[in-house]
Amino acid sequence: MTQPTISTRMPSRASALGILQRYGVYIAIVLLLIYNLFFTPNFFAIDNFRTQFVQVVPVLIVALGMALVIGTEGIDLSVGAVMALAASVIPLYIGYGVIPAVLIAIFVGAVIGAFNGIMVALIGVQPIVATLAVMVAGRGLALLIANEQLKSVTDPGVLALGRDNLLGVPYSVIIAAVLVGAVALLVHKTTFGKQLIAVGGSRRASELAGLPVKRILLLTYVLAAGLAAVAGVIGTARLGASVPSTIGNLIELSAITAVVVGGTPLTGGQVKVLGTVAGALLLQFISATLIKHNVPDAYSQIAQAVIILVAVYIQRGKVSVR
Amino acid sequence: MESIPLTGTPVLEARGVTKRFAGVTALDAVDFAVRPGESIALMGENGAGKSTLIKVLTGVYQPDEGELLLSGDTTSFARPLDAQKSGVSTIYQEVNLVPLMSVAQNIYLGREPKNRLGLIDFRRMYADARALLTEYGIQVDVRRPLRSLALGVQQMVALARAVSINASVVIMDEPTSSLEAREVETLFRVIDLLRGRGIAIIYVSHRMDEIYRVCDRVTVLRDGKVVHVGDLHALPRLELVSLMLGKSVEKVDRGGLTAFHAANSSDAPPVLVAENLSRKHQIDGIGFSIRPGEVVGLGGLLGSGRSETLKALSGVMQLDSGSVTVGGKTVRSGSVPAAIRAGIVMLPEDRKSEGIVPNLSVRDNIVLAALPKLSSAGFTSKRKQDAVVDVFIKRLHIKVSSPDQIVSELSGGNQQKVMIARWLAMTPKVLLLDEPTRGIDVGAKAEVQALIDELAHEGLAIVLVSSEVEEVVEGSARVVVLRDGSIATELLGENVNENSLLAALAGERETGQADTEPAAGDTAPDETLAKVTK
Repeated sequence: MTQPTISTRMPSRASALGILQRYGVYIAIVLLLIYNLFFTPNFFAIDNFRTQFVQVVPVLIVALGMALVIGTEGIDLSVGAVMALAASVIPLYIGYGVIPAVLIAIFVGAVIGAFNGIMVALIGVQPIVATLAVMVAGRGLALLIANEQLKSVTDPGVLALGRDNLLGVPYSVIIAAVLVGAVALLVHKTTFGKQLIAVGGSRRASELAGLPVKRILLLTYVLAAGLAAVAGVIGTARLGASVPSTIGNLIELSAITAVVVGGTPLTGGQVKVLGTVAGALLLQFISATLIKHNVPDAYSQIAQAVIILVAVYIQRGKVSVR
Repeated sequence: MESIPLTGTPVLEARGVTKRFAGVTALDAVDFAVRPGESIALMGENGAGKSTLIKVLTGVYQPDEGELLLSGDTTSFARPLDAQKSGVSTIYQEVNLVPLMSVAQNIYLGREPKNRLGLIDFRRMYADARALLTEYGIQVDVRRPLRSLALGVQQMVALARAVSINASVVIMDEPTSSLEAREVETLFRVIDLLRGRGIAIIYVSHRMDEIYRVCDRVTVLRDGKVVHVGDLHALPRLELVSLMLGKSVEKVDRGGLTAFHAANSSDAPPVLVAENLSRKHQIDGIGFSIRPGEVVGLGGLLGSGRSETLKALSGVMQLDSGSVTVGGKTVRSGSVPAAIRAGIVMLPEDRKSEGIVPNLSVRDNIVLAALPKLSSAGFTSKRKQDAVVDVFIKRLHIKVSSPDQIVSELSGGNQQKVMIARWLAMTPKVLLLDEPTRGIDVGAKAEVQALIDELAHEGLAIVLVSSEVEEVVEGSARVVVLRDGSIATELLGENVNENSLLAALAGERETGQADTEPAAGDTAPDETLAKVTK
């Protein structure tokens, strides 16, 4: 009766395509670093890497939230607008101190995220449409709040956030690292993370299993917007100015690229946190390499487009398990 | 009904039509013919090949073998438009017209009457549309947008459009599924009218009463083959149902084998009581109760409301009226979490799209519903999960290489066991099973059936829906038989056998008692009408 029911069959998925799908982004980073080691003077210097990491922080933080949303089979185009809104409210509340101003900026982001979530989860608007609307209206609102003006932020606390180090590591990089850890923990170790992935894998099955699907989706969009607001705060701190008109412009594209290149499928049901980090770094290293070789920025954008196509192409050939 | 000459050349005929999909033969050398003025019923259960045949007849599919004949001449429809141009029209369950355009525009879409300037002659279009609809006894403002009309009227407009494009054959696929009783009568009147003009009707429906009311001939399909062609009124309902299901009427009563549940039908208080479950067009006034340890079968043909009843019980479908109580407490309607909290869980019919989460591991699939219980402070606990997962993998004999194996790599039977494990982890009181052994190989099927039995013995109340008569009869102590969304009868004790169930499905009071055979179809409408209104 109780014979062992464990069979020894192991799925073999060690095809070349499988390896590319799983480790392609890491392989690309290693190849790029090797190239720079030989052909780019001064690339392998502590200062350069510090600069690269500081520059990647906003895209990385936004991409973390984007990965969660994409994991639910959604997408969030409003992240750049949320960054602008966060930036626009900082000068208004900086008088109360750094911490209240930052908290209010993140809260405003969360409210926008809740709006996205309500549209998607409760009303049933398609994510791309709902967040596109917020992408346009959100930046408009940010410009209204800021009176369409650039405001310099001189508060030493905020400036420290953008410029100071702890033991040689910039604060912004530390914050990003903590957030990466938190999102990884959320995805892999919490009930919410598991449910989020189940909803992305099969919304219908999740509903029939009694999961609070709407609440899960709502919270996911709140988290994504909250993370985007953090990116907006850090961006503002680095510039020393609140610039709602340009901050976070087109960042949604970089974030989506980072997530997809990192191996998270647009069809949902998976979230690759480490892959997303690697994806953001790859984009950063590519543009840095091109800049150091004096290639115009336009080419950097074209390179980004090519990478996105290659990444999606590789994923498309996903070995279907059936 | 006036007798129409049924001899002569068929207006539409299929000869030896075979259609295969990826190695599966959906239609196997099917012969089918319909003559002018004739109304023919196309019958068969799920997967019999009805819809494939219709799609071949309307040019959606090309037959792999065989040929189509139109009024005796070989023809072929490369696409649906070709079939329409040749006079073959189809009325689907859902009206496929343009909801925002006016009634008249819909009727004349693509062939609007033009005036001398080449512009649409609205006045003539409205007048023509009004005249056309009046013929069928429909009085509506033809300038109103289509979507402002009741669904039944919309369907009538679709019908009018089809017929006004010189249709010679009209195919109706479940045309009454969303109609009110009154609208159904109008539809039937229109069908009679059309037949009087020599238009042939191919009628597909699961509703027996309608079939006998509307049709005079029948073609029965089973597993892609034609198993019967003939005069419908010469065929008693019971025989028709046995032809569809492939069960012979003379089969020996096997009541002796079904008594093994007798011990379970104790007089313990019922765990679940369903009263007057109703939802428009789906189910109407369904009520029954079930005791712990009891397996109740829900019998019924496709479209009888059996799956809908399970959906109502499990909170998937919101009820218009009626109540579900578990242990004396009312369960909120239309909420899956509320049903699960009350102890009602359902194994959905479509395991692949509604059951498993394909990209997740066996472990994650098993714990999906119980996750909050297996976590502390929002963090998952691998230890707690393993305790549950290991127990169920062993107990249900789920064959996996490890709990981390992706669930979609498992066989259908093992996937079904994963689903059962997911629900057992919630320690339910009532288990609803919708086609638990569909798409499972024979060995696993027996295993799943044995498991159902075992769970009942342990005190779980089980409601079993299956389109296999044998499975219902052998698995259930009691069978509630549904027909057209209501309870037709309930079979108890010795009556739980295949013959009684077939008879109940067919809608006859006693086994073997056939409808009075109408002479030349003259008296049929009145008689069946009496049945409808009873």
